[in-house]
Amino acid sequence: MAYQHTLDSRVWHFPDLKTLLAKATPHRSGDVLAGVAADSPVERTAARMALADLPLSRFLEEPVVPAETDEVTRLIFESHCRDAFSPVAHLTVGDFRDWLLSDAADEASLTALRPGLTPEMVAAVSKLMRQQDLISVARKCRVVTRFRNTIGLPGTLAMRLQPNHPADDPRGVLAGVLDGLMYGCGDAVIGVNPVSDDMTTLAMLLRNLDEVIQRFAIPTQACVLAHVSSQIEAINAGLPVDLVFQSIGGTEATNRSFGISLAMLREAHDAALATGRGTVGSNVMYFETGQGSALSANAHHGVDQQTCEARAYGVARAFDPLICNTVVGFIGPEYLHDGKQIIRAGLEDHFCGKLLGLPIGCDACYTNHAEADADDMDSLMTLLATAGVTFLIGVPGADDVMLGYQSLSFHDALYLREVFGLRRAPEFEAWLAEMDLLDRHGRLLPVSTRHPLLSMQT
Amino acid sequence: MVEDPWAGLRSLTPARIALGRAGHALPTRELLAADEAHARARAAVHAPLDVDALGDQLRELTGGVPPVRVESAAPDRSRYLLRPDLGRRLSAESRRQLTPPAGHAPGCDLAILIADGLSTTAVARHAAAVVGAILSAAPADWRIAPLVLATQARVALGDEVGELLGARLIAVLLGERPGLSCQESLGLYLTWAPRPGRTDAERNCLSNIHPGGLSPANVAHKLWWLAGEARRLSLTGVHLKDRSGAAGLLGENS
Repeated sequence: MAYQHTLDSRVWHFPDLKTLLAKATPHRSGDVLAGVAADSPVERTAARMALADLPLSRFLEEPVVPAETDEVTRLIFESHCRDAFSPVAHLTVGDFRDWLLSDAADEASLTALRPGLTPEMVAAVSKLMRQQDLISVARKCRVVTRFRNTIGLPGTLAMRLQPNHPADDPRGVLAGVLDGLMYGCGDAVIGVNPVSDDMTTLAMLLRNLDEVIQRFAIPTQACVLAHVSSQIEAINAGLPVDLVFQSIGGTEATNRSFGISLAMLREAHDAALATGRGTVGSNVMYFETGQGSALSANAHHGVDQQTCEARAYGVARAFDPLICNTVVGFIGPEYLHDGKQIIRAGLEDHFCGKLLGLPIGCDACYTNHAEADADDMDSLMTLLATAGVTFLIGVPGADDVMLGYQSLSFHDALYLREVFGLRRAPEFEAWLAEMDLLDRHGRLLPVSTRHPLLSMQT
Repeated sequence: MVEDPWAGLRSLTPARIALGRAGHALPTRELLAADEAHARARAAVHAPLDVDALGDQLRELTGGVPPVRVESAAPDRSRYLLRPDLGRRLSAESRRQLTPPAGHAPGCDLAILIADGLSTTAVARHAAAVVGAILSAAPADWRIAPLVLATQARVALGDEVGELLGARLIAVLLGERPGLSCQESLGLYLTWAPRPGRTDAERNCLSNIHPGGLSPANVAHKLWWLAGEARRLSLTGVHLKDRSGAAGLLGENS
C-alpha cells in the first residue's frame, strides 16, 4: 500500500510501509549507505507526519519483510496477541506516542500490552519520539529475570563482566575476572568472547569460569560467547554451560549469515533448560544484537536498520532470555557515524527492547574509526541509567584488548551507582558484602593483599 | 587515591587491570594514558599514508622496480569511512591504468596489493618488512606480478586489481582497525581467482601481524603454505584450513 503526506502544498509519496518507516527514521549513516534514508529533513518530516497518522493496526496487515520467505516475520505474526493489543488497537502511531507518555501507560498496562505489540509498531513510535520520550517511557517498563540472581529489580543496575584476552589465556582471563569482581561487577554475567571457536578453548574457558563461581559460591552465571552450535555441543558433552549465547538479527537471512535459525535457538533453549543449573530461576539465554547487522549481511530487504533491530528483539523475546543487549557502537561509522548517532541508537534500542518485554542492556561502545570518544560514552551511559537500563558491559579500563574497541569500565559502573544510587542484583550484592568488598551502602571497601579472592590465581 | 593490591597480575594480561581509583573514577594518570592511546588510534586511522616513502622501501625489494600506485573510488578519508563500497573498487583512472592493452592478456601466479586500510601507521611501519619476507621466501615456480600500492582501500579492492592483472591468487596486505592497545596491526587476505563479487568466506586471513604478534617470517611461511594449497585445490576460503603449523598468532603479552 502507498502512503502520502502533503506538506506546504507538496505531496510526498511513500510506496510502501518499509519505505515510510525508513524515511521517517532520524538520520544515520547506515540507512544512507543502504539507500533507504530520507533525502532531506523536509522529506523526513513529511514521512514522520504520515507515520503519525497511520493506524497501528496497519502493521498487522502489511509485513515489512514477506512472511513467505522470512521466518522472523512468521514468528512476529504468529505470536501476536489480539486481546493484548485491543487497548491500543484504535490508535494511530502518533496517538500511541501520546498514550505511552500519559499516566494511563503505567507499569501494569505496559506489561499487559507487550504480547499485543509487534517490533514494527514499537520501532515506528520510536521514530516519532525525542530522546526524553525514549527515556521516560522505557523507565516505566519493568522486566525481571532470574538464573542465579535477580536482574531488573527497581533501583538496580547489573553489569556484565567481560574479561577478554587476545589469546584466550586462562590466567589472563581470570585476571580480568578478578579485576571486575573486586570492582563489584559481574552480576549480569561473567561473559568471555573467545578468540578461537574450537571446542578445546570453549571447554577450557567454561571449566575455568565455573570453577571460580563454585569455589567462591558467587551468585552469578557464566557464559562463553562461542557459536550457539558449539555451546549445544558443550552441553551435550557435559560441560558446565550456564547461559547459552548467540548474536541474532531481525531477518531470516541475517540469522542465516550468523549460521543460525529459529529451530537452532529452540534446540539450544531446550538443552540449556534441561541442565537445570539456575538456582533462583530459569532464564537461560543471552542474546546480542546491533543496528546494521542486517545491512552488513546484505539481508535488510530495504528495511531501515532500526526496524530490523527491533525485529531482532521479536526473536529474542521468544526465548525468555536472562539478558539481551545491543552492541550499539561496535559495527563502525558506516552504520552509526558519530557519538550523536550512537547515543540516539542506544536509547532507541533500549526503549524498543523494554517495550517488547526484554531484559535489555547495552554495550555502550565505540570504535576508533568512528567520530566518538569517552565523553560520548559518558553521555550515553548516563542517559541509559536515567532510562532504567537493565545492565551495561564493563571491561578493564574500558579497553577490550581482544575485540579492539572501547566499552565501559568497571569505574564507570561505580560512577553510575554513586550518581543514581543504583544497587547490584541483591544476591550478588549480599555476596560482595560477605566478602568484605562492600559497605552497607554498596560502596567499595579498601581491600588488603590477603583478600581471599586474590588467592584465585594461586 | 586508592591503589589496587592486585597489580602483580598485570603480567598475565595486556588488559588494563588494577588501575586504582580516585573516588569512583580513573586516576589522572590512567585517564591520560587512555587519552593518549585513543589519540594514537585516531592518528592511525586518519594520518595520510606517505606513499612516496613506502614506495621507495618497496622499490628496494624489487630490484628498483617501483610499485604501481592506484586509488580506490573513495575520494577522501571521510567518504572512505562512510562508503565501504567505494573503497572496494578502483577509481576510473586507476582502472584505466591497470587495464591491459587490447590483445595483451596478462597473467601471473600471485599479485600482492599493499593498502592503507584502517591503519596507515601499521602499513607505514611494517608493510615493507612483511613484503620483503614474502618475496625472499617465494618458490622459484611462482610468477609474481609487480607490487601494487593502493590508498583508501578495503580488502575487496584486491578482487578488481587481481582480475585486471590476470592473477590466479592475490594477497592483500592492509592496516587493521586499530584498538586502544595496538594501533599497528596488519591483516593479510588471500583470494583465489580474484574478481569483483568474491565474499569474505572465499578468503583466507592472517591477522594480528605486528611486532608483538605474527612476525614477517611467520607470515611468509603461512602465506606460501596457503598459496601452495590454494593452487592445489583451486580455492581459498572456508574450505582451505590453515594447517601450516607455524608458531601461533599469539601476541607478546600472551
